[in-house]
This record gives sequence, structure tokens and C-alpha cells, in this order.
Amino acid sequence: MSEAALLRLDGVNTHIGPYHILQGVELAVPRGGLTMLLGRNGAGKTTTLRTIMGLWHASAGRVRFDGAEITDWATPDIARAGIAYVPENMGIFADLTVRENLLLAARAGDIDDARLRWVFGLFPALKKFWSLPAGFLSGGQKQMLSIARAVIEPRKLFLIDEPTKGLAPAIIGNMIAAFRELKQTAATILLVEQNFMFAKSLGDTVAVMDNGRVVHAGSMAELAEDRELQHRLLGLSLDSHQ
Amino acid sequence: MTDIDAGELAKRRPYDWAPLLLVPLLALAALPLIGSLSTWATLTAAGLAMGMIIFIIASGLTLVFGLMDVLNFGHGAFISVGAYVAAILLAPLSGLLQADSLVLNGVALLALIALAMTATGLLGWAFERIIIMPVYGQHLKQILVTVGGMIVAQQLIIVLWGPVQLAFPLPTAFRGAIVLGDVAIERYRIIAVIVGLVVFAGMLLVLNRTKIGLLIRAGVENREMVEALGYHIRRLFVGVFVAGSALAGLGGVMWALYREELTPGMGMEVLVLVFIVVIIGGLGSIGGCFIGSLLVAVTANYAGFLAPKVALGSNIMLMVLILLWRSRGLYPVANR
Ligand SMILES: Nc1ncnc2c1ncn2[C@@H]1O[C@H](COP(=O)(O)OP(=O)(O)OP(=O)(O)O)[C@@H](O)[C@H]1O
Ligand SMILES: [Mg+2]
Repeated sequence: MSEAALLRLDGVNTHIGPYHILQGVELAVPRGGLTMLLGRNGAGKTTTLRTIMGLWHASAGRVRFDGAEITDWATPDIARAGIAYVPENMGIFADLTVRENLLLAARAGDIDDARLRWVFGLFPALKKFWSLPAGFLSGGQKQMLSIARAVIEPRKLFLIDEPTKGLAPAIIGNMIAAFRELKQTAATILLVEQNFMFAKSLGDTVAVMDNGRVVHAGSMAELAEDRELQHRLLGLSLDSHQ
Repeated sequence: MTDIDAGELAKRRPYDWAPLLLVPLLALAALPLIGSLSTWATLTAAGLAMGMIIFIIASGLTLVFGLMDVLNFGHGAFISVGAYVAAILLAPLSGLLQADSLVLNGVALLALIALAMTATGLLGWAFERIIIMPVYGQHLKQILVTVGGMIVAQQLIIVLWGPVQLAFPLPTAFRGAIVLGDVAIERYRIIAVIVGLVVFAGMLLVLNRTKIGLLIRAGVENREMVEALGYHIRRLFVGVFVAGSALAGLGGVMWALYREELTPGMGMEVLVLVFIVVIIGGLGSIGGCFIGSLLVAVTANYAGFLAPKVALGSNIMLMVLILLWRSRGLYPVANR
């Protein structure tokens, strides 16, 4: 019997050095949907994703993924269990070409042609700069490469940290289209976002963090309706983001 | 890949040529100072040969540093151990080594090298487990324990072989010089250059054309991301460490042949130059390491002739000048 949630965090605590950053995170990511993880700067969103990936280790609590407890697994084993990660800083290998960046992400060996064409359809710039070192790409193109690297092979879960950070509005539109397409593949996605418009247009469910905890979880539609809740949880002014 | 490799899609990859010009420029600048063409040619050939040997030794160290931020002063031990272990075969194989046949000499030398590389590769594997692994990420402890490991190895050599220098003669066919006009170049120096080039080419091939090489280059840039893509970087690191130790063993044999003698402190002496090379090349960069090795060795040879009193200082000067020009080395690795 498969659980409804693909990923579940139970009372997860994470310390970074002397700091107690995550203080009992409860989070469930339903299968096949896009869950938005929202929250103010410093709320602990990135730390949550890094804890799921095993880049920080939880000092208490449990992380369950697809029926296994992965709390203490090593990062490569978590990745191989089927989780792809797009970090906040994108984690591009600047000295490697676009092609080599993607080749590394394709653990099966070679890149699947059909999948690659699909990725080029999402992000045509990658085709254009195929043989260029990734360090020469613009910020938006690097973000596209980072996402392309995550989706170059099918994975069960995608963790994506602030893909719109610092991007021009035109490129954000392109990103929204790309995530819509990714959703069509029945992928499960956990997406951290600051841009509420972006979040509203894509999210199925939502969790909001504050001070190292999840302080609200529910459907995106419900939060999108409720101005007062947005204001209280996210500090959005009542007339912003029209 | 079907239709995407096409050259029309590929923007030209800009290449950073400037560091490649340094060695030729240095050589040209030294010619009028030295005056005599034959002396200049001898010094340059000696510098290139020595540079290749330093490169063989330094290449492993720079990758080890690049991949795991490990400062391994014990690398000097692998140089000496390689040379001393190879010397075990000098007596049993003396017939082959002194025969008047290039083939027999070559076979014997290959046996020496194989033994040295096997021994230092195994030593490297044990060294990584016992000495390096407990101090990942702790630089001060790394310096202390690896210097400690190096001293222990040096003392063991003194216990086993004695403190005095031993002869390490060149095989018969490798002696002598090739004479072109009034320029004479020692044969062994030419051989050392060829071996160095072969190692460099092999390394570039592995780094640029294989998945392992791709992982190493990516790991030098961003270890965490390589793990997040599903690869165990520690396994990769152990492999690189063992290969680097074996190469240090090869370099040790070549260095012993270059000087035709062994001393227990030989590894330590070369290590100073090796660290300068790793720094000026750009930590983790093989291309930078190659050019840095040639620069350091050629400079040392010219300085040794022109101003013997400041010969070692010349390398510190070189390092300062390079770092003033490029503060992170000739070919800095991104994200480091
Ligand atoms: N390496 C670190 N060392 C110390 N403190 C850290 C570290 N990383 C994060 N923190 C702290 O942990 C808290 C949560 O940080 P985190 O990056 O998870 O927040 P976030 O929700 O992703 O914020 P943002 O929206 O700015 O990306 C912050 O107070 C931050 O200062
Ligand atoms: Mg963050």
C-alpha cells in the first residue's frame, strides 16, 4: 500500500553549528502534485531542502521518502533514491560545458535523445550554448541549466529552491511554462518561492514556514483567496501582487 | 547525440592563452642574459626535464587538494619511497640495466617503475585511510598529521637503507648526450620530457574524455553538487589519491635517475617546489599545474646559473609575481 504523501517530514530539527535552525518541521508532499514552500527570508526553507537532501543532518525527527526512512542516508544515496535537487545558488559547474553539466546528471550513462529534445523545447538557450562552458551563461540561463539538469532523467521528486530569484519577468514567464510542462509528466515537485504570483499560478498545495517551523499547510487555492492569511503569514501587503 | 553536436550551434569556446606564453617568453628573455646558445639550450633542456618530473609529482597533489581540500604534506614521502623501493631492483636487474641494449634497459626500467608505483599506490591507499580520513576538513590537523606521516616515512627509510646517499645509475642506453652543432642535450632529459608529456596527455584524456574525469573536474568545482547528483565523492577521492601517490612514486624514480642518486630527504626537497607549483597553477587545475611546473623548473635552472646565491629565492619571487598577476593562480578553478 502506498502512502498518499511521497515525502513526509516528522518533527525535523536541524542544527547548523551552534544554531538551532529547524525546530520541528512537519511537512507532507503529496504524490503527483506541486507543493509550494513559502516563507519570509530566513524562515528555513533552504535548510529544509538541504536537510531532505542529507546536506545537513537532522538532529531529531524523521524524513520519509517513498516508503523508506532516509533521515540518515548519505546525499548520493538520497539522490539515487529518486530525488533531484536544484539548489538556491544553482550549483552549476562553471568550468564544464552545458553538455557536460547535463551528462553528469544523466546517471544512466548517455542522455536520452527524446528527453533532451523535450528539455531543449523548454529551454532553447541550452541548445544554442551546448558546447560553451556554463560559466559564460547569463543568470537566467544558468537557472535553466540547473533545472534541466534535474529533469534530464525522470525522477520521483524534484526539490527546487527559488528558481525565479533575480530573474527578469520575461524569463519568469518562461519558467512558469516549463514547470507547467513538468507537472504534465505527473512529477512530484516541492518548490521554494518568494514570488507569490509565481507560486499562486503553479501550486496545488502550499506550506508556509516561519522561524524554522511550518506554520500553515493547505491548498494553494485557499491561500490565494485569503488576503488576510497572506498578510499574516507572508507579510504581503493587502493590495500587493494584483 | 543526434543533431545537436553540430558545430554551427556551438559558440566558439573562448580559450585563455596567456599562461601558455609564459614559458616561451621566459626562455627568450633568458637567452641574452645567458649569452651562449649552447649553455642556454642545456639549461632549458634541464629545466624542461625537471619541470616534467615536478609535474608528474604535483598533478596528483593538486587534484587531491581540489577535490577534498586536503593538504597532504605526506606527498613528499611517496617520492622518496618510490625511489628507494625501485632501488631494491637495481642489484637483481643490474645485468639488464647495464646491458648495451635499449630494449633490455627499457624493460628493466619499466619493472623498477611498476614496483615503485605499486608500492606508493598501496602506501597512498593506507595513508588515506589511516592518516587523512580522520582529519577531513580540518586543515591545521591535516598539516600536522601529514607532516608527521612524512617524517615517519623518512625515518623508516633511514632505518632500512641508512642515512647516506646511494647511487642510482642511469641504464646504459639512457646515458650520454645528443649533439646538434655545438648544443649537447642529455638523452635522459629528452626521455623525461617525453614521459612527462605522455603523463600529461593521458591525464587530459582521462579528465576530458571519461565520465570519471568529468566527475573529478566537477568535484573540484563543487563537491556538494556532485553528491547531490548521486555520486559518492569519497570513492572518487580515494581513487585519485591512490593514482596521485603512484604518480609521485613514478616521479621519485625519475628524480632519482635525474640526479643519479638517492637521499632520504629527496622527497622533502622536491615537495617545496611542488607546493609552489600547485599554488601558482591554481589549486585543482591540471593545465595550470603543467605550466607552473615548467616555469618553476626553468626559472630554477636559469637562476642557478645566473645567480646561484638566490636560486631558491627565485621561485618565491616567481610565485609572488604570478599571484600578483593572477591572485588565484594561472588557471583558477571556478567556485574555489
Ligand atoms: N550555513 C549557515 N550557518 C549559519 N546559519 C545559517 C546557515 N544557513 C542558514 N542559516 C540561518 O538559518 C536560517 C534559515 O536559513 P534558510 O537559508 O533556510 O532560510 P530561507 O527560508 O531559505 O531564506 P531565504 O528566503 O533568504 O532563502 C537563517 O536565519 C539563516 O541565517
Ligand atoms: Mg533560501
